[in-house]
Amino acid sequence: MSRRRSDGTPTRPPVILIVLGLIGLAWFVVPLVGLLARTPWSQLDSLLSSELVTEALRVSLIASLGAAAISLVLGVPLAWLLARVDFPGRSIVRGLVLLPLVIPPVVGGAALLFALGRRGFIGEPLNDATGLVLPFSIWGVVIAVTFVAMPFLVITVEGALRNLDPRFESAAATLGAGRWRVLRRVTLPMIAPSLAAGLVLAWARALGEFGATITFAGNLQGRTQTLPLAVFAALETDRDTAVALSLVMVAISLIVLVGLRDRWWRMR
Amino acid sequence: MSGALQAHLVVQRDEGFSLDIPLTIEPEQTVALLGPNGAGKTTAVTALAGLTPLDGGSINLDGKVLDDPATKTFVPAEDRAVGVVFQDQVLFPHMTVADNVGFGLHHGSRTATRQGLKGWIERLELGALVDRRPADLSGGEAQRVALARALASEPDLLLLDEPLSALDATSRVQMRHTLADHLAQFAGPRLLITHDPTEAFLLADQIHIIEGGRITQVGTAEDIRLRPRTRFVADLAGANLLPGTASRGDVVIGGHTLHSAEREPTGQVLATIHPRAIAVHRNHPEGSPRNTWQTTITRVEHYGDRVRLQTSVPLPLTAEVTPEAVAALDLSEGSVVWISIKATEIGIEAQ
Repeated sequence: MSRRRSDGTPTRPPVILIVLGLIGLAWFVVPLVGLLARTPWSQLDSLLSSELVTEALRVSLIASLGAAAISLVLGVPLAWLLARVDFPGRSIVRGLVLLPLVIPPVVGGAALLFALGRRGFIGEPLNDATGLVLPFSIWGVVIAVTFVAMPFLVITVEGALRNLDPRFESAAATLGAGRWRVLRRVTLPMIAPSLAAGLVLAWARALGEFGATITFAGNLQGRTQTLPLAVFAALETDRDTAVALSLVMVAISLIVLVGLRDRWWRMR
Repeated sequence: MSGALQAHLVVQRDEGFSLDIPLTIEPEQTVALLGPNGAGKTTAVTALAGLTPLDGGSINLDGKVLDDPATKTFVPAEDRAVGVVFQDQVLFPHMTVADNVGFGLHHGSRTATRQGLKGWIERLELGALVDRRPADLSGGEAQRVALARALASEPDLLLLDEPLSALDATSRVQMRHTLADHLAQFAGPRLLITHDPTEAFLLADQIHIIEGGRITQVGTAEDIRLRPRTRFVADLAGANLLPGTASRGDVVIGGHTLHSAEREPTGQVLATIHPRAIAVHRNHPEGSPRNTWQTTITRVEHYGDRVRLQTSVPLPLTAEVTPEAVAALDLSEGSVVWISIKATEIGIEAQ
C-alpha cells in the first residue's frame, strides 16, 4: 500500500483528498451543468437577439470598460502614492481603499446615493449647478461599479510596486533618466503583468456587479440595467431569457479567462 | 578630459551608523574603497551617485558642486554625470541587451545614438548578445552589459560597486581583465568598491581602507600590505601576494619555487599566503610542510596581541605570530630563522 517513488512522494494521493477535492470541484461544476441543462438551445438565437439582452449587454460593456478605464487612470496613481509616499495616515487611506472589498455592495450603493444622490451633499450642488443627475443614469452605473471594482486594481498594483526592487529605478536615474522616463520605461513595464492582472480583476468585478448598481442606479431597462440586473429581473418573468443572459456572462468570462491565461502565466 | 572628484561624504543613518570620509580622486586614477560589509561602502556609492543626499560635507566633480548641504545644493542622480556599475548588475529585465546599453545614450541625433550604441556593443564584445534578455546571460556577460551601460552614458565619474563579487572564479578573472582594460580607457576619476583585497590590489592605483564609516588607512597596495596600520587592516589586506608563473602547483617567483597543493590555474598567477599560515622556527624543521627555507627577519611590528615579522630574501613575506612566540624564540630584526609553509596554505589565483 505504501509504495513510494524514490523522491519520497506517494505513488497515489490519499483517497480522502481525492474525495474532498472532487466535492470541491462539483461545487463549481454542478451549477454550470444546471444552467446548461436548462438552456433552451433551439430558441437561443431569438432570445439572445431580444432587446432586453442586447441593451443589457451594451450597458454592461459600457459600465465595465468605463470602470476599468477609470480604475487605470485614477487607481494607478493612487497605488503609486500608497506604495511610494510615506504620508501620515497612509494605513488609514489604504483601509479606505480596501473598504469596498469587504462592505456589502448594497451598503456601498446606499452610501453613493447619500453622497451623490439628488439630495446628497455633492449630488445636490452638482444638480443645482449643472442639472446633472447621477443616480438612475448610465453615469450612475459606471460610478457604482467603479466603486466596487477599483480596489482590485489598486491593491494588485500597489503590491507590485512594493515588490519592485527600487534599485532598478535608481539605476535608471544614474543613467540620466528623469522621473517620467523612469516611470514610462522602467516602472510601468516591470509591473505590467500585475497591472494587466489588476485591470482584468477590476473589469471582471465590474461586469458582475449587482448590489451597488441596483441601489444607486436602479434597474431601468436600456439605461441602467446591466446583465446581472437583467438576469435578476428575468428570473421572475421569463426564465428562458434569464438563462440566455447567464450564458452570455459565462461565455464572456470564459473568453477572457482563456484568452488571458497564456499571457498571464508566461509573464509571471 | 574630465576633472577630479573632491568629496567629503557625511551621511547619517538611522541606526546610529554614520559615514564620514574624505575622498579625492584624480582623473585617470582608480581608487579602491576597501572594507568589510557594513562599513559604509555602498552608502558612499549612493551618495556620490545622487541617490542619497549628504547630511554634511560636499561633493565636487570637475569643478561643479553636486551636493553641499551647507548651501542647499543638490543635483539629483539623473542630472549627474556619474556612471554606476552595480553589484548584481541591476540590468532592466524587460529590455534586450542592446536596449539596456542604449538606455543612457540619448543625446544628439538618432544616427549618432545608434553609432554610439554600436561602438559600446563592439568594445565590450556584446555583438552576439544584443537581442538577449538579462535573464539569459551568464554572470560575466551580464557584468559586461552593466559596464557597457554605465560607460555608454559617458559619465565624468565611474563608480564600480563590487563589480566582481557576484561572479564565479573563472569569469571573475576574465571580468577583472575586461575591467582593467576599460578602466584604463576611462579618462575620469574611477572608484572601485570592494571587500576583496586582491581585487583592490590588482585594479586600483590607491587604496582607501574603510572601517565603520571611517577611512583608517590610505596608500598603495604595497603600503597597505606591508605596513597595515591597524589589526583590522592587517587581517583584511595583509595577505602575502606574490606574482609568479605556475605549472601544476609549482609557482616560480623570481627564481624561487613555491609548492602549492592547487594544480590549477597555470600561467601567470598570484600566489596568496596568509601571514598566519607561515610558521617560524629557530632550527631546521622536520615535518610535512613542503616549503622550507632559511632567512633573516628584516622587521618586527607589534599589533596588539599579534606580531608581524617580515623577511625579504628569497621572497618578500610577512608572517604573523604571537608575542609569546617572539619571546620564546627570542626574535628580533636580524634574527636568522627557518620559515615553513604547508602546500595546502598556498592559494593560486590567475592573474
